[in-house]
Amino acid sequence: MNPLSVIHKTSADLRVEPNLLDYEKTRKTFTWEAAQAELAGLPGGGLNIAWEAVERHAAGVLRDKVALRFLSATAPPRNLNYGDLSRLTNRFANVLKKLGVAKGERLFILAGRIPELYIALLGSLKNGTIVSPLFSAFGPEPIATRVNLGQCKVLVTTDFLYQRKIEKWRETMPSLQHVLLVAEDGGQTNIPGTLDFASLMAEASDAFEIERTTAEDASLLHFTSGTTGMPKGAIHVHAAVATHYATGKYALDLHADDIYWCTADPGWVTGTSYGIIAPLLHGVTSIIDCEEFDAERWYRILQDEKVGVWYTAPTAIRMLMKAGAEVARKYSHPQLRFIASVGEPLNPEAVWWGKQVLGLPIHDNWWQTETGGIMIANTPAFDIKPGSMGRPLPGVEACIVRRHEATGEVEVIEEPDTDGELALRRGWPSMFRGYLNNEERYRKCFAGELYLTGDLARRDADGYFWFIGRADDIIKSAGHLIGPFEVESALMEHPAVAEAGVIGKPDPMLGEMVKAFVSLNKGYTESEALRSELLGHARKRLGAAVAPKEITFLPTLPRTRSGKIMRRLLKARELGLPEGDTSTLESGGSA
Amino acid sequence: MTENEVKQVALSVLVSIAPEVADAELQADKPLRRQVDLDSMDWLNFLLGLNEKLHVEIPEADYARLVTLNDVVKYLVAKLP
Repeated sequence: MNPLSVIHKTSADLRVEPNLLDYEKTRKTFTWEAAQAELAGLPGGGLNIAWEAVERHAAGVLRDKVALRFLSATAPPRNLNYGDLSRLTNRFANVLKKLGVAKGERLFILAGRIPELYIALLGSLKNGTIVSPLFSAFGPEPIATRVNLGQCKVLVTTDFLYQRKIEKWRETMPSLQHVLLVAEDGGQTNIPGTLDFASLMAEASDAFEIERTTAEDASLLHFTSGTTGMPKGAIHVHAAVATHYATGKYALDLHADDIYWCTADPGWVTGTSYGIIAPLLHGVTSIIDCEEFDAERWYRILQDEKVGVWYTAPTAIRMLMKAGAEVARKYSHPQLRFIASVGEPLNPEAVWWGKQVLGLPIHDNWWQTETGGIMIANTPAFDIKPGSMGRPLPGVEACIVRRHEATGEVEVIEEPDTDGELALRRGWPSMFRGYLNNEERYRKCFAGELYLTGDLARRDADGYFWFIGRADDIIKSAGHLIGPFEVESALMEHPAVAEAGVIGKPDPMLGEMVKAFVSLNKGYTESEALRSELLGHARKRLGAAVAPKEITFLPTLPRTRSGKIMRRLLKARELGLPEGDTSTLESGGSA
Repeated sequence: MTENEVKQVALSVLVSIAPEVADAELQADKPLRRQVDLDSMDWLNFLLGLNEKLHVEIPEADYARLVTLNDVVKYLVAKLP
């Protein structure tokens, strides 16, 4: 079968009537004001994500419904219903009040998918505190960089992660005033310079009046990678809640009785927008698996937890494919009715694999940290063109543009099937409102009313969008953006390294794999031992998820005349592609 | 192969993926991925590396049983060709 053939939906795909049935009509009549009006708003005025996600339900009929269900390999499942979540997040907001943490100050969370992460995040929003969840697999350097960029005042983490990744580096993070530790063994912590999360919670009151935040007050801070500099902190506001709600409805097709599983870690924007906020807004039950990927375990969860809507990522899907259909066939999941994927384009074979092995095709969608929510999606009622990210959701205007570097002008390309940069007309509520301390970089993302995404794409005659690649050197590995500069900087800290250039090498499982090219300083010679040492050096600083998987030695790295390392040329050579225009290449390069 | 020899092979595969392990104190009876920072890809490569070196098939269904280094060694010893 041709993997590119269109998948038409049948009645088996539509066991529940989809929320988005008439694409054209809904797009015409949809307004963001109406989407927000489906939410409550703070009593007396204002808007707060935690009110909409938790309090609205806790005060009503959903009080005793399970909101979050945590699964672990070593302990029985733990349920938090909407009432519990209200009480515990109130407590945490009171903890922050007591510590003197004010509205607009910043709290970071570094933890696995433990209940305290969810409680701290929602409790912070109640207090008007800006929250930034960090990926717990980051090494000490990415953590310190982000804490310092964000001038983080409070850090919530675990005793284990603190001792492994923070304690020794604490003095490099002077903004940190309070560190709250969750004991991983469930007891209490007693580490100098830190506070015990459980003790503070035990002393706090269950009652809290939510800070009167407005739609434009900052809520979340998500870091994303840059190509030339350090990570960028994308600032989001409480108004984003309307996008989280509308996209949960249209792109994930959430219905009130759904059991929903988002496999993304809250350390990445998907795990926050769709692993925490969107399902709570819809009052559904979310499954949260605290363990690492394991094919059998995942199939068992789909089966035993009766998951109806599943939001996952291409790398995970490809790992399931690799595990083989026999493993999949040992389990059955008749309740599963909708599967979506995000992170990087899902290859057509994987879309079809879903249909053949799981019984349902996989719906790819597209968005970025900066967009705050899903923008373009394959949705349940419509044909899937495997390999395409789908069509813009109601309320989203997407187009393909061409930048003219010389004049700075941006031209909208109407002709279908033309490659260009994907752009979005501003106006959707979850659009980021700035990069932290970097107004200029923020301004550069816009041309008039258009947000320029940095992703290259094309639109076909039917209005489906197709991802082509990044317009810059940012690496997409396992759905996560990795900035080559951050990796190069860590490598350069090793005394043997003279120059480092980092690229994304295509990988069947990860999409792209982080690969480094290094040249050595005088007095060092290449050897397996040195390669291992550099690998270990990078892993210790960056963490396994960011560090290179491969290192190649080169006598020198190709540079432009202005001295920039030409990552594109390194990549072209790695792939055996034509090297393109090398006119700006430094003559000393090894071309 | 003795248990100790198998353990040395397992360690050498582990170190090739995560060289920083060499200077860490590895507790063989504690969950490996709690002590060594291995992402899903590293873990998969670790199991593939064991398969390559020892010619032991490790079916997906058994992955969940391999938690500590001791688990891995015992499993391999029992299945050595």
